[in-house]
Amino acid sequence: MASIDIHDISVEFPLYHADSRSLKKTMFAVAAGRIGEDAKHRPCVSALRNITLSLSSGDRVGIIGSNGAGKTTLLRTMAGIYEPLRGQISICGAITALLDPSQGMNLELTGRENIRLRGLFNGLNPQQIDRLQADVTTFSELEQFLELPVRTYSSGMVVRLGFALATAIKPQILLMDEWILAGDASFMAKAKHRLETMVRGAEILVLSSHSPVIIMQWCNRVIWMEQGEVKADGTPEEILGAYLPPEQFAHAQAVASVAI
Amino acid sequence: MNVTLKSEAPGETPGLSGPVSSMVFISAGQAWAPLTAMAKADLRQTLSLWRLVWALSVFDIKLRYRGSVLGPFWLTLSTGTMVFALGFLYSELFHIALKTYLPFISLSLVLWSFISCLVAEGCTCFTTQETMLRAMRMPLSMHAARVVVRNVFVLLHNILVIVLVFLILRVMPGKFSFLLIPGFTLWLIDGFAVCLILGVICTRFRDVPPIVASIIQIAFFITPVIWSPAILQHRGRVFLETWNPFFDLLDIIRAPLLSTPISPAIWAIAIFYSAILVIAAGLVFIQSRARIAYWV
Repeated sequence: MASIDIHDISVEFPLYHADSRSLKKTMFAVAAGRIGEDAKHRPCVSALRNITLSLSSGDRVGIIGSNGAGKTTLLRTMAGIYEPLRGQISICGAITALLDPSQGMNLELTGRENIRLRGLFNGLNPQQIDRLQADVTTFSELEQFLELPVRTYSSGMVVRLGFALATAIKPQILLMDEWILAGDASFMAKAKHRLETMVRGAEILVLSSHSPVIIMQWCNRVIWMEQGEVKADGTPEEILGAYLPPEQFAHAQAVASVAI
Repeated sequence: MNVTLKSEAPGETPGLSGPVSSMVFISAGQAWAPLTAMAKADLRQTLSLWRLVWALSVFDIKLRYRGSVLGPFWLTLSTGTMVFALGFLYSELFHIALKTYLPFISLSLVLWSFISCLVAEGCTCFTTQETMLRAMRMPLSMHAARVVVRNVFVLLHNILVIVLVFLILRVMPGKFSFLLIPGFTLWLIDGFAVCLILGVICTRFRDVPPIVASIIQIAFFITPVIWSPAILQHRGRVFLETWNPFFDLLDIIRAPLLSTPISPAIWAIAIFYSAILVIAAGLVFIQSRARIAYWV
């Protein structure tokens, strides 16, 4: 049984060097009014504040909220990448995090080499790595492109490779950021099918997205993040109904029902 | 912050049913015991991922030379050129017979380039892996191990130059050459410790890498790399032996190969400095491991 229990966690980013990346974070934080000071009076952005959540098997959670609301940070914290400053997390089950399209792939290496590295990271033996290669090749339909460096791929191809890799080694918990939308329509259908077979078992899906249609199609629970806090948690209809203006909600509902 | 990692019996996973199901518990805190346990778990994971570390290092070297005709043997060629050029020049300048000087300079330069590359790359071991660090949870010490393994591969290419020099001059390595096994083991431990310390500090303080680079530059001149320690026989040798750890660390490998006598004191000093290094690395890593992802 997979589960994620988050108890009262807070995550703060210290602003040590104002490089472009932190600057971006800073801008979002200024917009959200969340620049503060930590105990040593260094400026920091509080990205998550006192979050308590419990996810269990079968949950397909959508996370919504404006830019800088803490969606991606929450996913990274669930993945164990950022260890929080306060609070506890316990994660039960193998996690795969699809947080950015290239997800740690080395862009200079070929697709095939990246598949091998991922296999090794997951402790697969050579036979299993061969099977992983075959599986990813079939699913991603990249064929001879797998022999080329990943940096030569189009963004859609990177997404396909990343998604195929992340789902070929079946995780019990899958964390996804919204970039999955970069796939084309036929790939989206395939991806959805693959995810469904995966989520049908005792697995958890957490998806952060700006698209209400995607959320309605894929999720059975929605968490609304605002300024690093959970503003609301409930069924997609309840939360999206409150989050979206009425006409957009109606539109999304109509599109989602047609698409299904 | 502390985390306990319990992997439930790996066993035979049928098909690709994925990474071993695991239980991760992360709890914030500053207590030493849990922090230490977490750092240990990190090191254990790195050890169990040795095949990944190996593959990453091989790919690093391949990438550096992808598309070139000689590939990594450019390393051998450029080191060889350097050794022979400096060898002929300085044997004239120092009035030392080529047969004595060339083996010395080949060993010194190859070993020193291992040290200086390791230190320079150790500084950036986390900052260059930013995308990987943010993409998934993985043991952080792996990035330090990768730098060490990669530089050992580079060293293996350069060793060809030493072998060539010894063959051409028909010089036999000293009969105590087996001492290079414990010597190099100590180097690997030190190298890993240096990468951890510098990796963490340079991630947090971005001004440190240039400082480290200039220290290594100075160390090159005050350590007997191109000049023989024999010059110092009467003046200042003890002082340098005591206060320049590079002197001792270099000598524990170089001296036995050149059949120069080596005093136990040099080994003792080398071990003493290494112990300090390892303890410092442990403290830095235990304290800062969880913050690295925020700093990169």
